[in-house]
Amino acid sequence: MPLVRFVEPNGAERTLEIVTGTSVMQTAIRHSVRGIEAGCGGCLDCATCHVYVDDSQLHAMPPASAQEDAVLAAVAAERRPTSRLGCQLFVPVGIETLIIHIPETQL
Amino acid sequence: MNGLVVVGASYAGVQAALSAREAGYAEPIRLIVDETSLPYQRPPLSKGFLLGEASEQSLVLRDETFFRDKGIELLLGTSAVRVDRQERRVALADGARLDFDRLLLATGSRARRLSVPGAEREGIHYLRSLRDAQTLKAELDAAASIIIIGGGFIGLEVASTASKLGKNVTVIEAASRLLERTVSPVVSQFLLALHHQNGVDIRLSETVARLDKDGDRWTVTTGSGAALHGDIVLAGIGGLPNIELATEAGLACDNGILVDAHGATSDPLVFAAGDCTSHHNSFAGQQTRLESVQHAQDQGKAAGSAVAGKTSPYTSVPRFWSDQYAAKLQMVGLSHGRDHHVIRGEPDQSGFSVFMYRQNRLIAVDSVNRPGEQLIARKLIGAGVSPSPAQAADLSFDLKALPLPRAAEGARP
Repeated sequence: MPLVRFVEPNGAERTLEIVTGTSVMQTAIRHSVRGIEAGCGGCLDCATCHVYVDDSQLHAMPPASAQEDAVLAAVAAERRPTSRLGCQLFVPVGIETLIIHIPETQL
Repeated sequence: MNGLVVVGASYAGVQAALSAREAGYAEPIRLIVDETSLPYQRPPLSKGFLLGEASEQSLVLRDETFFRDKGIELLLGTSAVRVDRQERRVALADGARLDFDRLLLATGSRARRLSVPGAEREGIHYLRSLRDAQTLKAELDAAASIIIIGGGFIGLEVASTASKLGKNVTVIEAASRLLERTVSPVVSQFLLALHHQNGVDIRLSETVARLDKDGDRWTVTTGSGAALHGDIVLAGIGGLPNIELATEAGLACDNGILVDAHGATSDPLVFAAGDCTSHHNSFAGQQTRLESVQHAQDQGKAAGSAVAGKTSPYTSVPRFWSDQYAAKLQMVGLSHGRDHHVIRGEPDQSGFSVFMYRQNRLIAVDSVNRPGEQLIARKLIGAGVSPSPAQAADLSFDLKALPLPRAAEGARP
């Protein structure tokens, strides 16, 4: 199974297996990864599963949809070119370990 | 110390247990799960799961390791049958008894059953639990047609899913428009057209007179005398709160267990959250029972915090959502009593919102494919800030530019 490495703002890391068909957000919630709120459960309703994809992997990710882009406009932490919503992110084929940076705040 | 016992492990129960821990509750927490599976997500049951896109494993809400890490003990496959408040003890179906210092009821709601002749027949589907969804999925895969009674969220989501699967779908709705109690007429109209485009036969202002079954084939006779034939009958006609445990324990109930903003019931040692509760909602201006994931989570958070002695009142703006075909439907606020509305955008699939007002105050916004606008609407309603109807209807007006009081940050989820 592919892996996701979550990197907290203080540098602490956790690497978790991602169940096929589940999103980065869902993986974080199942394992209680700090810093990802996901108030809406993954339906583009809340902007609280904001994450940064690692710079080195950005090119491998499919772009955000127009709807995801609209919700990203409302994230609490700084929005960067690598900003994504965890609920819309899946590990692309060809990547063994997706590296995800958690923002300072979601609320 | 006997700690906290939580009855029910869907969104409200799980969130309450977690929030109690996060708020510093150090005593044992036991979570009674009346199903044999780990707590799971419910919204995909009528959509991705039925379609075969989401597996049972992908529905799991929190892993076993999560509960272990949080020191929350799961008691799977048993249910609470009686609460003795004097003894502070819960009796379980398997004969066990659990002593508690604090009790939290998150017993949820159940599907309202049909009451027409023939409704007692075996095999009529209702959709609430994973088991319901598994049974429905197995039959739906083999069926050619489905008759859905009720044009609410469950009925319309299943209609959308069944249509995607190539089934013949008929929906019978007693009201004159879809989702009458939940969305604005503009959105009802949009959804009706959307279902029609996808080949779904929707019968509005129609009731069910009786149900008959001949072999594997159902006949639904409608109030107007039509005989509809189908392989499957599903009823989605609303939910009833599971308040029997609370009523028998002498807790104050009225269409739900009565709770305050902290989830406390009429007994200060007993809390409740989620579908099974009724609370005074400031956005509704009245006593309200809500069935939604957002409500269950946010009220669960308030109740769990209160168990730990922390104050975090439940004041969230009510939100609902639904996915049908490619349409993302989102609703914020409570619209009863609306006296005026304006539409932002064109009411088509490219996306629009309906801003609803009561005496010039913005009280609710329904959106189709406009998640960004919903986020703004949520902040506006939470903060009590109303754009004028002219501003709301003007796509060139930037709603984000409206000043929000500082406290509005709290309106975020």
